[in-house]
Amino acid sequence: MNKTVVIKYPAGNIQSVLHALDRLGTQAIWTDDPEEIRSASRVIFPGVGEASSAMAYLRNSGLDEVIMSLHQPVLGICLGLQLFCRHSAENDTDCLGIFDVPVLKFEANGQYKVPHMGWNTLEATHGPLFQGLPPESYVYFVHSYYAVQSVNTCATTPYTLPFSAALQRDNFFAVQFHPEKSGKIGQQILHNFLNIK
Amino acid sequence: MLAKRIIPCLDIKNGQTVKGVQFQNLREAGDPVSLAASYAEQGADELVFLDITATQENRRTMVSLVKQISAVLNIPFTVGGGIQSVAEVGDLLQAGADKVSINSAAFKRPELISELAQAFGSQCVVLAVDARPDPEWQVYLKGGTQPTGRDLLSWASEAVDRGAGEILFTSMAHDGTKNGFALEITRQLSQTLPVPIIASGGAGQVSHFISAFTEGKADAALAASVFHFGEISIPSLKQDLHNYGIPVRL
Repeated sequence: MNKTVVIKYPAGNIQSVLHALDRLGTQAIWTDDPEEIRSASRVIFPGVGEASSAMAYLRNSGLDEVIMSLHQPVLGICLGLQLFCRHSAENDTDCLGIFDVPVLKFEANGQYKVPHMGWNTLEATHGPLFQGLPPESYVYFVHSYYAVQSVNTCATTPYTLPFSAALQRDNFFAVQFHPEKSGKIGQQILHNFLNIK
Repeated sequence: MLAKRIIPCLDIKNGQTVKGVQFQNLREAGDPVSLAASYAEQGADELVFLDITATQENRRTMVSLVKQISAVLNIPFTVGGGIQSVAEVGDLLQAGADKVSINSAAFKRPELISELAQAFGSQCVVLAVDARPDPEWQVYLKGGTQPTGRDLLSWASEAVDRGAGEILFTSMAHDGTKNGFALEITRQLSQTLPVPIIASGGAGQVSHFISAFTEGKADAALAASVFHFGEISIPSLKQDLHNYGIPVRL
């Protein structure tokens, strides 16, 4: 039984994540059913949007407990990464706390525009997500808030300061960039996630 | 380091790609889905699809084209052309577009920008603006045929204040000429506004892209015919930019 589930909740368009999985030969199930999620071999938690309304939805629906109880490999993407952290500065939101890391807002200045949008490099990568990638691979980002570096950081990206491009703790993985929009490198990262035992 | 982006633009008419010289005498340039896939393969950083004959009847065709593109494309893409409402944008994003570009409708009713930013986030709202130096840079509508009397910088900064997350600036005086981008005004936009600027209009040679990023301080450069007709290949363009010390994704 090899089942990949993408968690369904009102946080942006996830069509491109499903398409990317499809291109890798994985027919994912898009669902918010707790039993489907718990019985999956791996779970993807995407998200584009605003932290406080997404967290409120997760709490009201009970999906927060479902996510935190998972033992199979879980991948948070973009807002998904931020919701896995302890707290987000976006509307002062308490998040799931899987990673004991705060999420802060980039400060724009003459040199750096916010949101951080476009292709930027992955540095200091380690762990199963990044196996087989060339050093300083480019991936696609669109975000205004970032997770600070921590013991859970498994890739960093330089912007106004180096931040956590990816985090991992036990079975929980998360990436700030969009692997589904990051060309062949992104495809490799998704492939790596799908092949974590 | 954040890379400078190279963006091929596909003008769509009746489901096919066309590119005009200064928006006149449209020529056929191929099937958009296969062009899109081939650009992604070659290393384009992003794609823009402009529905140049956008009408209500055409909109459904465009949504279905966006679905096809989104199924094959593994890089971000923007859709524009005749977009007037939050509902239309919802359909395009749902079909798989990452961003939409708005032009005339936003100029005529600037609240559209705020409504879109509120509904979907600034990151997916690109303000496209066509302008011409008369000699002050003036905003034009209707594919560059209708002067508005509005100053380019003042309109662009109002749009950003209202929530536009990116500016796609086309110099109508340069578009189709292949004589290079409008560098000075692009630099002014980039240095004045806190959002990324996509320079458009005038790409003919590799050196034009280099100047767009160095002198023009653009965050991204957009072109159509030089790519569609193979006059500049994206891999060699990016290699040249890299050799010149401009950060690009190779």
